[in-house]
Amino acid sequence: MLGRTLREVSVALKQGQITPTELCQECLSLIKKTKFLNAYITVSEEVALKQAEESEERYKKGYVPPYNATVVQKLLDQGALLMGKTNLDEFAMGSGSTDGVFGPVKNPWSYSKQYREKKKQKPHGENEDTNWLITGGSSGGSAAAVSAFTCFAALGSDTGGSTRNPAALCGVVGLKPTYGLVSRHGLIPLVNSMDVPGILTRCVDDAATVLGVLAGHDCKDSTTVQDPVKSFILPSLTDVSKLCIGIPKEYLVPELSSEVQSLWSKAAKLFESEGAKVIEVSLPHTSYSIVCYHVLCTSEVASNMARFDGLEYGHRCDINVSTEAMYAATRREGFNDVVRGRILSGNFFLLKENYENYFIKAQKVRRLIANDFVNVFNSGVDVLLTPTTLSEAVPYVEFIKEDNRTRSAQGDIFTQAVNMAGLPAVSVPMALSNQGLPIGLQFIGRAFCDQQLLTVAKWFEKQVQFPIIQLQEIMGDCSSVFENDLASVSLKQ
Amino acid sequence: MAAPVLRWSCPARRWILANIDRGPRHGRGSPTGSRSSGKRGQSSVAQQPLATAQKPRKGEHQWAAVVGLEIHAQISSNSKLFSGSQVHFAAPPNSLVSFFDASLPGTLPVLNRRCVEAAVMTGLALNCHINKKSLFDRKHYFYADLPAGYQITQQRLPIAVKGSLAYSVFVGKNRNQVINKTVRIKQIQLEQDSGKSLHDDLRSQTLIDLNRAGVGLLEVVLEPDMSCGEEAATAVRELQLILQALGTSQANMADYEIQRQIEELENGGEILNETRSFDCKLGCTVPMRDKEGKQDYRFIPEPNLPPLLLYDSASLPAGADPQQVINIDQLREQLPELPRVTREKLVQQYGMLPEHSFTLLNEVGLLEFFQNVMKETRAEPKRVTSWVLNTFLGFLKQQNLAVSESPVTPSALAELLNLLDQKTISSAAAKKVFEELWRSGGKTPAQIVSEKRLELMQDQEALEELCQATMEKHPQVVMDLKKGNPRAINKLIGLVRKATLNRADPTVIKEMLERQLSS
Repeated sequence: MLGRTLREVSVALKQGQITPTELCQECLSLIKKTKFLNAYITVSEEVALKQAEESEERYKKGYVPPYNATVVQKLLDQGALLMGKTNLDEFAMGSGSTDGVFGPVKNPWSYSKQYREKKKQKPHGENEDTNWLITGGSSGGSAAAVSAFTCFAALGSDTGGSTRNPAALCGVVGLKPTYGLVSRHGLIPLVNSMDVPGILTRCVDDAATVLGVLAGHDCKDSTTVQDPVKSFILPSLTDVSKLCIGIPKEYLVPELSSEVQSLWSKAAKLFESEGAKVIEVSLPHTSYSIVCYHVLCTSEVASNMARFDGLEYGHRCDINVSTEAMYAATRREGFNDVVRGRILSGNFFLLKENYENYFIKAQKVRRLIANDFVNVFNSGVDVLLTPTTLSEAVPYVEFIKEDNRTRSAQGDIFTQAVNMAGLPAVSVPMALSNQGLPIGLQFIGRAFCDQQLLTVAKWFEKQVQFPIIQLQEIMGDCSSVFENDLASVSLKQ
Repeated sequence: MAAPVLRWSCPARRWILANIDRGPRHGRGSPTGSRSSGKRGQSSVAQQPLATAQKPRKGEHQWAAVVGLEIHAQISSNSKLFSGSQVHFAAPPNSLVSFFDASLPGTLPVLNRRCVEAAVMTGLALNCHINKKSLFDRKHYFYADLPAGYQITQQRLPIAVKGSLAYSVFVGKNRNQVINKTVRIKQIQLEQDSGKSLHDDLRSQTLIDLNRAGVGLLEVVLEPDMSCGEEAATAVRELQLILQALGTSQANMADYEIQRQIEELENGGEILNETRSFDCKLGCTVPMRDKEGKQDYRFIPEPNLPPLLLYDSASLPAGADPQQVINIDQLREQLPELPRVTREKLVQQYGMLPEHSFTLLNEVGLLEFFQNVMKETRAEPKRVTSWVLNTFLGFLKQQNLAVSESPVTPSALAELLNLLDQKTISSAAAKKVFEELWRSGGKTPAQIVSEKRLELMQDQEALEELCQATMEKHPQVVMDLKKGNPRAINKLIGLVRKATLNRADPTVIKEMLERQLSS
């Protein structure tokens, strides 16, 4: 191989006859053997091998982004260590983290002592893993990673609830910042006018810390606000008597599980008993929200996915007959049916003859929904309190009985109106269900009042003292170390 | 909308109906035949549909032609409309492509200030109303040179609307009767250019170069106010001059495509709604791709760009960061002199005919050449104008040269005209000198005059003697003259000239002979 020309070896690499690392090692080995020639003054073995590895990444099928998202770069600049990339629903479309090419994500609570005791199951064994629970989605991988203590914080995305939903089902804190507060440069767009990067942590203070690093204007994202960003250090609230909490009555839907409903009431009463004003409010256009979201989401998706043609990057099919044929096959192969379905729907809504009736109409309804929130906040409400999900996490085998669209509509029901209005919202774990699974509640704040929102959330978190997940069974040897650690952490809270 | 109908005025009672497909085209047929200096501008021509089509009345053969145009001009800027990659003509393929230009997921558009200023300046120069708020939209279609699958443009609310472009057509036998016309500008919008695709038939592949993808374009839409191809061409030429004067676009468009369509129109032919490309080998444009059926662009607002807000001195917020805002009034004050004003000044200052001022501006570099000659010569402006527009320009055109390639410098011509003005040489001699100057760059007019002995005879007495001598030598001619033969005088003049070795002005000779004869 070393005797070949540049062009020849390039072809060989492309065809996989040899890998970059193998080729590099051949060179290095020969350099060592010919050391007596005294041709080299320095041999950069480590650098070369590292570059060979990077080259292999590029040869692998799939797109490796050549730049970091602003939110990632900001964390790295503050000294964060990147543990890895997490799993999700394909292109963030879904509320289960089950529709991805890397397979579904499993909720750590499936293996928790709390859940298993209730289910009266034997300790975790090889053949027992058939009834595991979903994480929720679409940022389920991030939620599971944080929930299982594998990292201290994770980033997700939130377009209709994709950060808050899995946070609630995995018993962690899921924050959706105000739209325009955090840069979307590097966030693969789903719905540009609703997407935000989401933050998942195990406590509210940590979420505020991460937000403090990420928030602020980015010249690469024209939709970020230019105003200087306020601090996100959270005061420890002791007196909530000046707070006004709003309970939107339209969120009491028949599909809401009785357990979640009862916890929601309990939370409201908690605020009341501590002196806060708790009032029922109305968001009258709530019932139109899901359909409106569907029209706008699919329309933007159809537009945003148009760039995936296999020409500049990513998967490209083998068909060479014509550009059109190549595009069609590449997109058929590269997208799952959820994505394809949304693209087709979106294109339908954007046709000249439909645009007025669907897209424009949905934008008008969106304005009404956003105004509902404005009106409520103008009437003196500081924060809204709602459920995050309809119920606790369900088993995967149950979840997949319905299609993605149905599940998404159910999963997003309490969360997506917030995205339409661009407001900040956070899901905080409250308590375990009768099955020993986490249930979280959602707080919604005024635009750009993320700090106030998190302050209230932090107070609530302290009051409810949500239990720590007990994963000793799968943690193995480190379990005893963990126990002490976990105990001390819970005390500090 | 009904298919628009081209109506044509035909005194010969032969009428030709031409159907034009409606809708703007993507406009990327840009011929390479023009000389370009530095950045490349491009232009395309398309028909705007008429709003109504009139039914011809029975027996009536009067038709009127109506033409509307959309012109795309590449903005002169250092970087692209929404990304920081550079704008350069003739760079290696795919060397000026940022992540955003390649449509990598997660990248977002950031508006280029210079492009907005270019649009505002162009709008002001064309008497448009500048929209203080304008919006960006996505126009979707799939094509290999459009990486994102959509183009960012301004469909709903463009940056400038309702302007006018004044131009002049020359009619009459000598084309010296000027008629001033106006075409309304419907709108000016900012939009992205696409990349380039090169078809390699040999290897059955298409190569894509994205250097041009994302470069800023100004689309100028002219209402169907022009009634024939020639008017359209003149209007476009004037627009080109305005853009070049503003510096907002090099506007180095080749005239080829415009000319082709004008010829087609004038022949009553059919212009298909198509995009054409220039085939270097064939030396003409060829069809690129057909738009089969209706194209639905599925417009949506561009969600990553907030509305573009512009200010004037009255509405400028106090304490606004000048880096972040554009003041329309400030740009208006900074507008350079427009061609129309330049021409008016030329007519005023030099007393030249209007059509001459047009010619001076129409040729690249000619006005500067003229002005440089004027600086160094004492000759009358009318004479300079005549020499520049007739002799100098004539030589250039004959050899298909640009002003910048002229072997004769302004100084040289100025010196020549001074010699003529001082009556050191005759007009005929001057022409000879000019030819020599053209042929052999290095010599000065003075050198040539002396080499070829072209100086006019200064010694009047010697000339008088020669005249006398010639008449004595040719008594028959004198007899003819006295008999009243008008051609005899010319013969005499010719003889005297010959005797002077062509160093005497025929007018002076004539005068002398006549004086001598009458005495």
